[in-house]
Amino acid sequence: MRFSRRSTLLGLAFFTFVFSAPSGRAQSGAELHFCLHGEPKTFDPILVDDEASENVRYLTGGVLIRVNRQTQALEPALAESWKVSPDGRKITFHLRKGLYFSDGTPFSSEDVAYTMKLLMDPQINSATGDAFRTAKGTSIDVQTPSTDVAVISFPTLVAGLERLFDQVAILSSKSPKKEMSVLGPYYVSEYVAGSHVLLRRNPNYWKHDSEGHPLPYIETLRLDIQRNRDIELMRFRRGELQLINRLDAEQFDRLQKDSPGVAKNAGAGFDGEELWFNQTAASALPDYKKKWFQATAFRQAVSLSINRADLARVVFDGYATPAYGPVSPSNHFWFNAGLPAPKHDPQAALQILARAGFRFENGSLKDSDGHPVAFTVITNSGNTAREKMATMIQQDLSDIGITLKVVTLDFPSLIERITHSFEYDACLLGLVNTDLDPNGQMTVWLSSGEDHQWNPSQKTPATPWEAEIDKLMQEQASTPDEKLRKAKFDRVQQIVAEQQPFIYLINKNALSAVSPDLVGASPVALNPQAFWNIETLRLKPATDMGASK
Amino acid sequence: MNAQRILRLFCRGTLLVIFALGLFAGSFTHYSYAHQFRELPNTAPSAAHLLGTDGLGRDLFTRIVYGTRVSLLLAPAAALLATILAVVLGGIAGLSGGWLEKIILAFTDLFMSLPLLFVLIALRALLPLDVSPSLSVVATFVVLGLLGWPASLRVVWAAAKHLRDSDHILLAQALGYRRSQILLRQVIPCLRPIFLAQFWISIPLFILTEATLSMLGLGVMEPLPSWGNLLRGSEDFSAMAANPWRLVPLVVLVLTVICFQFVFQSSEELA
Repeated sequence: MRFSRRSTLLGLAFFTFVFSAPSGRAQSGAELHFCLHGEPKTFDPILVDDEASENVRYLTGGVLIRVNRQTQALEPALAESWKVSPDGRKITFHLRKGLYFSDGTPFSSEDVAYTMKLLMDPQINSATGDAFRTAKGTSIDVQTPSTDVAVISFPTLVAGLERLFDQVAILSSKSPKKEMSVLGPYYVSEYVAGSHVLLRRNPNYWKHDSEGHPLPYIETLRLDIQRNRDIELMRFRRGELQLINRLDAEQFDRLQKDSPGVAKNAGAGFDGEELWFNQTAASALPDYKKKWFQATAFRQAVSLSINRADLARVVFDGYATPAYGPVSPSNHFWFNAGLPAPKHDPQAALQILARAGFRFENGSLKDSDGHPVAFTVITNSGNTAREKMATMIQQDLSDIGITLKVVTLDFPSLIERITHSFEYDACLLGLVNTDLDPNGQMTVWLSSGEDHQWNPSQKTPATPWEAEIDKLMQEQASTPDEKLRKAKFDRVQQIVAEQQPFIYLINKNALSAVSPDLVGASPVALNPQAFWNIETLRLKPATDMGASK
Repeated sequence: MNAQRILRLFCRGTLLVIFALGLFAGSFTHYSYAHQFRELPNTAPSAAHLLGTDGLGRDLFTRIVYGTRVSLLLAPAAALLATILAVVLGGIAGLSGGWLEKIILAFTDLFMSLPLLFVLIALRALLPLDVSPSLSVVATFVVLGLLGWPASLRVVWAAAKHLRDSDHILLAQALGYRRSQILLRQVIPCLRPIFLAQFWISIPLFILTEATLSMLGLGVMEPLPSWGNLLRGSEDFSAMAANPWRLVPLVVLVLTVICFQFVFQSSEELA
């Protein structure tokens, strides 16, 4: 028997087709390994309040509407379509028919009603539910006119309502497995505390690829619990892990030099670093210091004297972007592109200070009463990048004659000072921003908010510009018109840029690592950066642990 | 024996050189320990920067010599404070006996049972914020000195108790010597080697404790260097492999601690 050249090629093609898990087919036995950076505190999607649990929820939870992490647009998920009422108080979902939870329980509008009631239950105190709570209370009304229609009514308008459903994983009202019965691409198969979480492919997952093949492709995900980032990187280099969701700049830089193909930089991320002054009226600061910190000119001058480009280049090895304001440029819709680029101009800073009555004498700055300008910035100990930033700001401020002392405190002591005792001059901290919509920052911007860090929980706004921000934030939250909301929040960003209550420093880049064995990964700035499209990721045959061969 | 003497001489010489470097830091370098050459972060050793620069572009050699000053001048001061407390309290407990001895020992046991690191962190957090870096250094070492005496006290107490029952003290008492005379002429000369041994052994201990505190970001305040905060640059092992000169602070610390151990051994033998 002889084989022709053509039949040999056809045979090879067949062999490749059968044995190499072609794209579009589920990869039986394929196991993707990566790490969670902490122990998941819960698998109940309603109670999620930490990053590890949030990542598990993303991988296992089925949601009505999904925010596409790449385009940042809303996409139908369990709901085929939806409609928000003109007054923004009611949303009607038309659900997909014939869907099942991972344990085979059918999905219906009753499950949506059950989930929403749990979410808004004041006794459960869900962090996810907080986003839906309005000033008029927590009571909601959920109507289920049919098994595939759910109508949810809120006591008052909830701006940006649809986006909030990206975080709401629907629970089964009937399944005996309760929260372990899921509608997402994976379900929790095994959890060994301190070791790993094993997720298996949900056989009832509703989504299919363009060729009609069921998603996801990868059979199992093994999420090792690993807090030590150096060990995580070492395991990635050994090939034991196929992705790292978040890398710090130094690790990324080393990886970039060793294996440039695997280091992925998705540009400016959503996490920022900022400095603010204590403007609390009740603080025990001397009056002259309060006067400095409450003066717009002083804050503007400090902002102008900080070299943000150097912070990004030296501290973050260039993997950070000087920050414009509270919204990262990666937030396509809400970023105000009209804001001025952050400047470093010590001479302009000195001119502003001179106009405000400060004197620059013999390399030292003094206020109009002759007090030398010196203050202390606190930051949390153990965060090397933040300590480096504070030390660089120290040198920048010395150029305009300001003496800055840097004090690192353990985190509980720092929180005590910035939230209760107010015994501090200035603070340098980071802001983790996972919400695209400004409504997630209401407690930061409203003068009555607890997170209005420079002067929290005010009974009435202390300054006219804070009163204007209050008004704008309330107005943007009370209209469903997205264009109008954007215009209002643009103005808020402009006021913040002028008044500098927070001196925004940098936005860290979204850095991750993806092994060449993982096909289809395209990291983005929004969390989960590296595995947002988990359903369509595939492993090359060599990493399928042999099971697909 | 000869080799041991040579080794001890070498250790003393090394410590002398390291102390001299710290004491006359300004004569060995013309850079400021705080100045950031921002265009040159993490550079390799060169003629301009003998040991390269750190992550912020500061001259590493300059920071090591100034850090030596901070660590090697203040650690002995903290050791002296701790030793004095141990000698006074341990001496009283050992020589007096009775209820006073019990109270002092109970107090010592209580102190020894406290987790030192957590106490240090709590005390450090209670310090006022508005202090200069130099004052924060002094405060850190004073706190170390005030908390570091219990282990030494136990040793001093045991030796003093043994001495209290010794024949020559009993003889001195029988001959009618006054208490102060016994203390000055009999007790202190006999216990002096132990005091010295405790002092020497405490120095590397305090250097390491300050290094631990600095590793946690709670030691000497930036921009002032200390061996502890210089060691923070050695946290990342893979970066060390690429930039081995960053290990110099660690080498200096290890060398100093070893030298102190050998010098201490000779004191212990005397004791």
